[in-house]
Amino acid sequence: MPFKRYVEIGRVALVNYGKEYGKLVVIVDVIDQNRALVDAPDMVRSQMNFKRLSLTDIKIDIKRVPRKKALLEAMEAADVKGKWEKSSWGRKLIVQKRRASLNDFDRFKLMLAKIKRASIVRQELTKLKKNSSA
Amino acid sequence: MAAKQKIRNPELIRGVRKLGRSASYHKRGLWAIKQKNGGKFPHHQKAPVADAVPEKAPKFYPADDVKKPLSNTRKPKPTKLRASITPGTVLILLAGRFMGKRVVFLKQLPSGLLLVTGPFKINGVPLRRVNQSFVIGTSTKVDISGVNVDKFDDKYFAKQAEKKKKKTEEQFFEAEKPEKASLPVERKEDQKAIDTPLIKAIESVPDLKYYLGARFSLKDGMKPHELVF
Repeated sequence: MPFKRYVEIGRVALVNYGKEYGKLVVIVDVIDQNRALVDAPDMVRSQMNFKRLSLTDIKIDIKRVPRKKALLEAMEAADVKGKWEKSSWGRKLIVQKRRASLNDFDRFKLMLAKIKRASIVRQELTKLKKNSSA
Repeated sequence: MAAKQKIRNPELIRGVRKLGRSASYHKRGLWAIKQKNGGKFPHHQKAPVADAVPEKAPKFYPADDVKKPLSNTRKPKPTKLRASITPGTVLILLAGRFMGKRVVFLKQLPSGLLLVTGPFKINGVPLRRVNQSFVIGTSTKVDISGVNVDKFDDKYFAKQAEKKKKKTEEQFFEAEKPEKASLPVERKEDQKAIDTPLIKAIESVPDLKYYLGARFSLKDGMKPHELVF
């Protein structure tokens, strides 16, 4: 029941609304009760309402309002990108993006693959059933 | 169009050109030609104009003044082809007898319609014309380089003119025998000629043959505006 992910300097968050939707950003300072100063390698440092951020488990070690270079170094040292892509949340997003970008031909090939996998699974299942009943 | 001509006096902003009167006169260089020809611009005599033959009064005037219709110089051109549709693209037909079939696009005919083929052996769609509006262009392309589509145009697909037969009285009362027009051999030959290299190209891509043989349909959860084709 207690909170596990806190808003703090260095907390990595995912933007869930607006122009920067889907980006990973680092909370670099807290402006007031509702807003944070937020920064990412490929964007200009800007303010964002907390409601637009979804906190992640990743936290990096930075001082309050670091220089861009220091921020980039800290992100590299903590391997934010790697940790994100390995995390189940990050993997889910990657899969969603891949599924959305599938071509009509790709969707057809996917359907064939699913049918093939299901048939293999069913064969194994019947084998197991036969062995257990025998 | 002629090779790109040099702009002597570019327009910097609407209404303002780069060179003023003197500069543009100097740049034009007529003064140099005048200089070369001793102060005067070279000038050749006008060709003598032959005396115009006097027009004779017309022998016949029409009874009523008939209004001449306005001249129309419009030349219809084929519909602009969507950028996603290039020769060899797999298209999804959205309407008609072959609704949902995935076919290969060959070329755009002068009328604007798209020439398309199944190939026939794969999905039963023959060489056919199809309107661009009733088609989704996918991003899947088939190698069409081995196919020669030059001989096809709209006249090839025109309906054959029915020959009117004079009926005798007894034939009138006979039930009209529906004459089945079988496909001319030429069509079958053309279909084969187009399809053989196409099928070879299709079989070189795994699963493409089965893809073209299957029909497209929207399933549960598929949102057309979110689908990438």
